[in-house]
Amino acid sequence: MSELPPPTIEEFYRQCADRKLMAVRCVRCKHIMVPPRAICPKCRSSRVEWVQLGTQGKLVTYTIVHVSPPQFKHMTPYAVGIVEMEEGVKLPSIIRTSRLESLKIGMELEVDFSPKSQETSWPHWPRYFFKETE
Amino acid sequence: MRRPRRVKPLATIISAGLSKFGRREGVYARELFAEAALEAFHRVEKLDPGKDIKAAFIGQMSEAYEHQAHDAPIAASWAGLLPAPATRIENACASSGSALRCGIMAIKSGLYDIVLVGGVEKMTNQPTPEVTGILATASDYPFEQWNGMTFPGLFALMATVHMHDYGTTEEQMAAVAVKNHKNGALNPKAHMQKEVSLDEVMKSRMVAWPLKLYDCSLITDGASCLILTSPKLAKKLSDNYVHIIGSGQSQDTFCLHERDSLTTINAAKQAAQEAYKMADVKAKDIDVAEVHDCFTIAEIIACEDLGFCRPGQGGKFVESGASNIGGAIPINTSGGLKSKGHPVGATGTAQVHELFLQLTGQADRRQVADAEIALAHNLGGSGATGVVHILRGA
Repeated sequence: MSELPPPTIEEFYRQCADRKLMAVRCVRCKHIMVPPRAICPKCRSSRVEWVQLGTQGKLVTYTIVHVSPPQFKHMTPYAVGIVEMEEGVKLPSIIRTSRLESLKIGMELEVDFSPKSQETSWPHWPRYFFKETE
Repeated sequence: MRRPRRVKPLATIISAGLSKFGRREGVYARELFAEAALEAFHRVEKLDPGKDIKAAFIGQMSEAYEHQAHDAPIAASWAGLLPAPATRIENACASSGSALRCGIMAIKSGLYDIVLVGGVEKMTNQPTPEVTGILATASDYPFEQWNGMTFPGLFALMATVHMHDYGTTEEQMAAVAVKNHKNGALNPKAHMQKEVSLDEVMKSRMVAWPLKLYDCSLITDGASCLILTSPKLAKKLSDNYVHIIGSGQSQDTFCLHERDSLTTINAAKQAAQEAYKMADVKAKDIDVAEVHDCFTIAEIIACEDLGFCRPGQGGKFVESGASNIGGAIPINTSGGLKSKGHPVGATGTAQVHELFLQLTGQADRRQVADAEIALAHNLGGSGATGVVHILRGA
């Protein structure tokens, strides 16, 4: 990345369309964050840079949603959780599994992406999600 | 025993009003607000509301329920307050907690001598899936809503960790619902005036594991308001008043996943510390409290964040009966959001309405004997906003 794109949410999802999970890191204090933003919430520095995250993470917490908004009706019940990446940053995510009862705090997960769609802008972004490590 | 120093009040509540909470068919938000205002006006005979109330701050979460924004001048008009300045305050479920703070600042600054603060929400016009969607707007759209999170889901994420780290059980969460329904059954203004058994809670249908239907607060129509003035003027206007001696508000990261801990609501903890310091009281000085039980796990976490019990012990605390009426610190004597109901914009000042009744000896069958110091704990969203007020009986 020679020309760094701005640290925006739109850009985060544009990268998801290219099957890349990105975060923003503060150049000064090294705090790493999702959602991306221009001002570090920890040290207030405005020098931030994009970093590409790995593919592996651990499940920090989860729930199984039984009452869902209309757009998720088709996949209910489904699992959502918070995943901590090896780099230390956490993300909220849908957890895809055929065995909802097998979910456990601390389990290893890997990122995946929905098939590339035409739309990459609000309010229809591409999706990332996590699934059990194969 | 240490007696709290009697700090100078920030402002004084001379009256409180509450509409009947429930499924109020055929009634608009503005009409609910007028109902609450009328009750408040009737409590202070010496007040000429249209002339004496100089400003209003009114909490409302969403214009989506009634397709109606700009609701403050409407509510003020229906309450007969025109042309006094009226402003809508929005901080999700903490809207009227924050509106109360605006009123305190208005009185404390000396800008106005009498103000009305309150809140309203008319939620049941919309079917439940729509309401779920409207409530979800108080969570982060690009990361939380987009990734399938719901409000019960966000609190369930906290519950899962609380269970994992501290051994909190689904039965302990259910005990919160049982207690609050028991209290709500004694409150004629409550939405659900009905006791529930532990078994009924445990067998209710799953909403977001481990949270079941009876772990969730109600979708309710309702309005609440308070009339604030200076401590000096309060004596001239009423014999039944309550001093506000501490007020705290704090914010945390909007997204849950960005927080260091998922077993505490830091915004509420910070707000409580600010309010305790201002009031010069400690957790053990609190005689009665209304806490934000939007979900049962939220009351468990609140008891820990407010210092009523140690971190991780909130489940055992409720199970022990310490927070029952008659216990060490009765919590949610009104029935809480769980049984009284949760018209989101009205909740913050509705909590203080209950404490006004408690501290003036008007809580009837819910009365806590000799209550002198009270605390209200109000959350916005999944805890990006925390508002805490401490009150003292006169």
